[in-house]
Amino acid sequence: MARLNVNGSIVDVDVEPDTPLLWVLREQIGLTGTKYGCGIAQCGACTVHVDGVATRSCALPVSALTEDQKIVTIEGLSPDGSHPVQRAWAELDVPQCGYCQAGMIMAAAALLKDNPRPTDADIDVEITNICRCGTYNRVRAAIKLAANGGRTG
Amino acid sequence: MTIAEHVSHRTQVSRRDFIVGSAAALGGFSLGFHVPFGREAAAQDAVREINAWVVVNPDDTVVIRIARSEMGQGTLTGLAQLVAEELECDWSKVTTEYPTPGQNLARNRVWGSFATGGSRGIRDSHEYVRKGGAAARQMLIQAAANAWNVPASECRAENSVITHIPTGRTTTFGKVAAAAARLEPPQDPPLKDPKDWKIAGKPLKRLDTAAKLTGKQVYGIDLKLPGMLNAAIKACPVFGGKVRRFDAAAVQNMPGVKRVVQVGDNAVAVVADTWWRAKTALDALPIEWDEGPNANVSSATIAEMLRAGLDADDAVVGNQRGDVRAALAAAAKRVEAVYSYPFQNHATMEPMNATAVWTPDRCEVWTPTQNGEAALAATAEAAGLPPSKCDVHKLHLGGGFGRRGAVHDWVHQVVAIAKQMPGTPVKLIWSREEDMLHGRYHPVTQCKLVGGLDAHGNLTALHMRISGQSIVAGIFPQNIQNGRDPVVFQGLNPGGAEAAFGYTIPNLLIDHAMRNTHVPPGFWRGVNLNHNAIYLECFMDELAHAAGVDPLEFRRRLMANHPRHLAVLNAVAERAGWGKPAPAGVHRGLAQIMGFGSYVAACAEVSVSDDGVLKIHRIVAATDPGHAVNPQQIEAQVEGSFVYGLSAALYGECTVANGRIEQENFDTYQVMRIDEMPAVETIVMPSGGFWGGVGEPTIAVAAPAVLNAIFAATGKRIRDLPLKNHDLRKA
Ligand code: FES
Ligand code: FES
Repeated sequence: MARLNVNGSIVDVDVEPDTPLLWVLREQIGLTGTKYGCGIAQCGACTVHVDGVATRSCALPVSALTEDQKIVTIEGLSPDGSHPVQRAWAELDVPQCGYCQAGMIMAAAALLKDNPRPTDADIDVEITNICRCGTYNRVRAAIKLAANGGRTG
Repeated sequence: MTIAEHVSHRTQVSRRDFIVGSAAALGGFSLGFHVPFGREAAAQDAVREINAWVVVNPDDTVVIRIARSEMGQGTLTGLAQLVAEELECDWSKVTTEYPTPGQNLARNRVWGSFATGGSRGIRDSHEYVRKGGAAARQMLIQAAANAWNVPASECRAENSVITHIPTGRTTTFGKVAAAAARLEPPQDPPLKDPKDWKIAGKPLKRLDTAAKLTGKQVYGIDLKLPGMLNAAIKACPVFGGKVRRFDAAAVQNMPGVKRVVQVGDNAVAVVADTWWRAKTALDALPIEWDEGPNANVSSATIAEMLRAGLDADDAVVGNQRGDVRAALAAAAKRVEAVYSYPFQNHATMEPMNATAVWTPDRCEVWTPTQNGEAALAATAEAAGLPPSKCDVHKLHLGGGFGRRGAVHDWVHQVVAIAKQMPGTPVKLIWSREEDMLHGRYHPVTQCKLVGGLDAHGNLTALHMRISGQSIVAGIFPQNIQNGRDPVVFQGLNPGGAEAAFGYTIPNLLIDHAMRNTHVPPGFWRGVNLNHNAIYLECFMDELAHAAGVDPLEFRRRLMANHPRHLAVLNAVAERAGWGKPAPAGVHRGLAQIMGFGSYVAACAEVSVSDDGVLKIHRIVAATDPGHAVNPQQIEAQVEGSFVYGLSAALYGECTVANGRIEQENFDTYQVMRIDEMPAVETIVMPSGGFWGGVGEPTIAVAAPAVLNAIFAATGKRIRDLPLKNHDLRKA
């Protein structure tokens, strides 16, 4: 049993304590926007926010979480896809297959919260998610667009 | 009963039941899985379907049917643009849907091929999908003309509105759709001249973005059916090995476990209530393998076999001119080099997965696939049922890159599991480790190149001997004719519209000694063009250097008869400032090739620090695909292709030890990340008159352009990849 705070709701799930948060989100709670890519904290597809910090949920057992820690998934980032990062992503048509993008967006949103005007070097260090389709240049441009309040230049 | 009705009837699920209940309560989105052509939809579509490609609803919304698969490459949007262009509909009212391969079968293949590979999504189907749009427009106009009792020739359609020109009367597509659907379709409607395009050819945004930003997009791995169980699988890690025994009792009582089943002769699966529990039990399951005859094969033994092919007599000729042996003997200077290219895994972000329900008289599969028809054939074969009693529902792909097209091994597996649990939906997900160990790998090859230069530094002879795997022999052996795999010579063919050699060399021989391995090959984004371009374009650089001639000038001398190859090369050279000073410490390299019907070139700018750290600053890329259906998506494809090609060049290598692949996850199979991404400047220069692909060709020029720039920076020739294995410090 675990009690979690997910997207503002308290939820009880009946799982083995070593079950990674990723699979609890996907299988017990039904929030499948958070993706499985590697299971070993390498790719970032499973990135969620735990108390505002970008966290790779595939390597985080639910037993390590308490109900006081606020988990936000891509489904909870904004009610209607209107988070500045989501808007910038739409503006620049960032996704290709899209599979990595929930993790990218969550990583970018966490970065901008802590560092509203990231430099290229900041982006290089903080955005380590893998995108096999190769959207990196649009990801970078969209982070800058979001940082600039949606204005280019 | 229609096919879709049959699905819901037999599995006892209605569309509403596909909703994942708890997600909505948590502010999540309901994952409503839409079965296209559900019962009510089928009845209405009978009225609203203008033809196989176009459905017009009374509210003027238009549904365009797309037979090819969307895997990130933008084909869905591009094909819809082409149909909408001819249809003259309001683009803001367009949505798309996939017909199923079962429907295609039942309707005499009205949608043609479903295959989505070889950068063929648009170039192979643009004509008939545009005709589908044009025919639908004519029928809608005719229906309006009939209602007004005027000649159709006096009416025009634009933006989903039909106008009778002489009177100015108007109506909309939605109002006449039902009448139009009853008309006889016109034969061979004329198509617009691309110069008049308003929707096609424009940098429109993709139709499939919104759901990818909110977690709403349902990929195969996300599908949930009522009563569904989840399976995790392990196949013998040595290709060709088998299951000897496993101890199901050891895990039977673990949480959630329902069944432990053998799958074929080489794999074992655990079926549980959730996938994590299935995987946990599978990891604990004692399995003993019969590793078979390949358990001693290693990368070294494979390399040795390939090396022997470099000078073997059993080679098949791909391109020949003059007398290469005599010319080499007479050359003032001979240059010789041996290159090689490793196995690589596609590593799609979404691992292989599929969901199946099997009963004795029906089998349904839901899966991300690049080829719905091939997936249907795999389903039928594994189900032991005729294809007419099966269907496949295509789900959005989390990447394809060739892995999900020609071979549907995971579909065979899921059906084999579902068959052991009749009536229960089972979703099979491969772990990343399973995906890495059971790929269909980029083929391994080596290449020996020998060039002859005359006293003026002109190239008089070139022999290019490729030794190694044939993908076609591995996947479609029936297509090997007289020992020849035509795909091996991608980019090196004497001519043709697909992948022609871009140089005229008086004495030329390009041949292939086929050397196959037990590691199964596959079509890997870019296919044989990737290594062929490295071999050819890096060696061209070596020859230019040996001749003491500028690499651009050296190529130009050989390209007078190849104006389109030359045009893209000139374009990148000019944009990159070839021949002009580069920023301090920055060095340039060039490459060009033709593949998948398009002409491509790249100029890379790199620097290498004193301690050997490579930085790729910028790549200028040019592509001439004949026609450009969506320029901004072509730019995205070029950038993406460079990430794929440079990931391969920098890190991509699957090595073999004890018959199995050694790299099991992204920790040992690294790929490029954002910090290594160069600036990419894309020149899209469609010259018209032909249709080339855009998803793959530019991959091939990324690596050779970078390798040539590394030589310029360091004096080091890297002839085997990946670069991570090399010390780039100046010699
Ligand atoms: S799935 Fe968690 S980092 Fe890859
Ligand atoms: S968009 Fe496909 S993996 Fe990133």
